[in-house]
Amino acid sequence: MSTYLADSAALLGRSLRHVARSPDTIITTAVMPIAFMLLFVYVFGGAIDSGTDSYVAYLLPGILIITIASGVSYTAFRLFNDVKSGIFERFQSMPIARSSVLWAHVLTSLVANLVAVAVVLLVAVTMGFRSPAGPLAWLMVGAILILFTLALTWIAVIPGLTATSVEGASAFSYPLILLPFVSSAFVPTETMPGPVRAFAEHQPVTSIVNTIRDLLNAEPVGSGLVVALAWCVGVLALAVLAAGATYRRRFR
Amino acid sequence: MTLATQQSGIRVRGLTKSYRDLEVLRGIDLDVVPGSIVALLGSNGAGKTTLVKILATLLVADSGVAEVNGFNTASESAQVRASISLTGQFAAVDEILTGRENLTLVARLRHVADPAGVADELLTRFSLLEAAGRRVATYSGGMRRRLDIAMSMIGNPPVAFLDEPTTGLDPQSRTEVWDCIRELAGAGTTVLLTTQYLDEAEQLADRIAILHQGRIIVTGTLAELTRLMPPTRIEYVEKRPTLEEIFLALVGDAHPTHDPRGADSTGAD
Ligand SMILES: Nc1ncnc2c1ncn2[C@@H]1O[C@H](COP(=O)(O)OP(=O)(O)OP(=O)(O)O)[C@@H](O)[C@H]1O
Ligand SMILES: [Mg+2]
Repeated sequence: MSTYLADSAALLGRSLRHVARSPDTIITTAVMPIAFMLLFVYVFGGAIDSGTDSYVAYLLPGILIITIASGVSYTAFRLFNDVKSGIFERFQSMPIARSSVLWAHVLTSLVANLVAVAVVLLVAVTMGFRSPAGPLAWLMVGAILILFTLALTWIAVIPGLTATSVEGASAFSYPLILLPFVSSAFVPTETMPGPVRAFAEHQPVTSIVNTIRDLLNAEPVGSGLVVALAWCVGVLALAVLAAGATYRRRFR
Repeated sequence: MTLATQQSGIRVRGLTKSYRDLEVLRGIDLDVVPGSIVALLGSNGAGKTTLVKILATLLVADSGVAEVNGFNTASESAQVRASISLTGQFAAVDEILTGRENLTLVARLRHVADPAGVADELLTRFSLLEAAGRRVATYSGGMRRRLDIAMSMIGNPPVAFLDEPTTGLDPQSRTEVWDCIRELAGAGTTVLLTTQYLDEAEQLADRIAILHQGRIIVTGTLAELTRLMPPTRIEYVEKRPTLEEIFLALVGDAHPTHDPRGADSTGAD
């Protein structure tokens, strides 16, 4: 057990170095959501009736979701490179727990995405975002974002292990990035036509976004929190299982 | 316990492996005595890498038994991994880290007492000290290969697999690697190396095994293989036949095993 932790720590240190040595991966992760935020607030914002007085506060949860959805594709990219370069095989042939190699990548993704989320939050604050939420609400927001990042990162592990090209390794994230657009992230779902509205109201991003929005507005969250957490944990569990199965199929 | 001491080294019996309908290994028998160097010779696509990967627990054989350091590669893979080092056919190094960081990382993963000290010692030994602080992405092919081999030597596991360790190295680096391999065996490490270079096998190996069409068609010392040469041939050639000649005489055909299904009909398709 202690060697498991020591090995995972060594591997985590390695892949955090990768992130630190290519800070552009964090910048590019944060740039697109920030651009969306500027675009929606200063260009479309006047025409969108979100029913609130601060549109930045309204769309911030969706922007954070987009940040994470685009950030996890770097996990697929880094894992793909490890497999391709043979270093993955080297680790596989060494007396270390095989899952620690994957966990190191997943935890690296968590760190990198939280940094990107912090950058986006800072920009939101300079754009006028203020929140009456207390520490407990912020903690819950943090917990939801962490679970969401873990779930999406484990999904990213699958193309990372199986892709045959760099493009293939990161293409999976495009639908994830689009998901928030068909949700309550930017406009209230009531404005959408029937079938789209039905989809939007029942997909995970809506319940996650609504819960984060309520928490940041210091409003009661009710059962929404449970639904949001259930989505995150459910997707996380499925993704871990699917990634494990992919791993066993691909490597012995 | 007694098993491990009696059967250490490498023991392979009846090992088979196919990729879909491509039968690569068709019943490999091979023994490597502890502390000796065996060179595995075979043409491109003969299955050398496949065999090494099975022994290193990266692939699972379809049937047959493989034991490394007394442990079964299929059922005791964790113990096998603790007993081996693998230098794969292509250098497996981290390009974003420096040479020193690569060595330190492996040293930490091998739980050696002084990772930084081990890294420094290997950097000196493999003439990489000057480049130690540079990212590996800037290294030449030969430097990468030397770093790769240095990484494999950390922790002194009792069995070492080297898959074409000197391919792409200049003569001087190749001599360095040869010295290292001799040193390894001298210290008691069991070495199985694959090579395309017959002089490498002649130089290093205690025994030579030739892999052809999915089987080890012959094993022996260089002297034993030399005696296998057709006598007619020896009458006309004054000098001792080179291993290359022996190899070609044994393998026979001009286009050896691009497709292991080739000439041998047993069990094809
Ligand atoms: N993952 C794979 N899927 C399908 N076929 C494979 C796979 N790996 C290897 N092969 C095939 O198996 C055969 C043996 O390959 P292997 O790499 O073991 O040969 P080798 O002796 O190491 O060759 P070389 O000297 O070129 O390195 C080849 O025909 C190769 O194309
Ligand atoms: Mg090979």
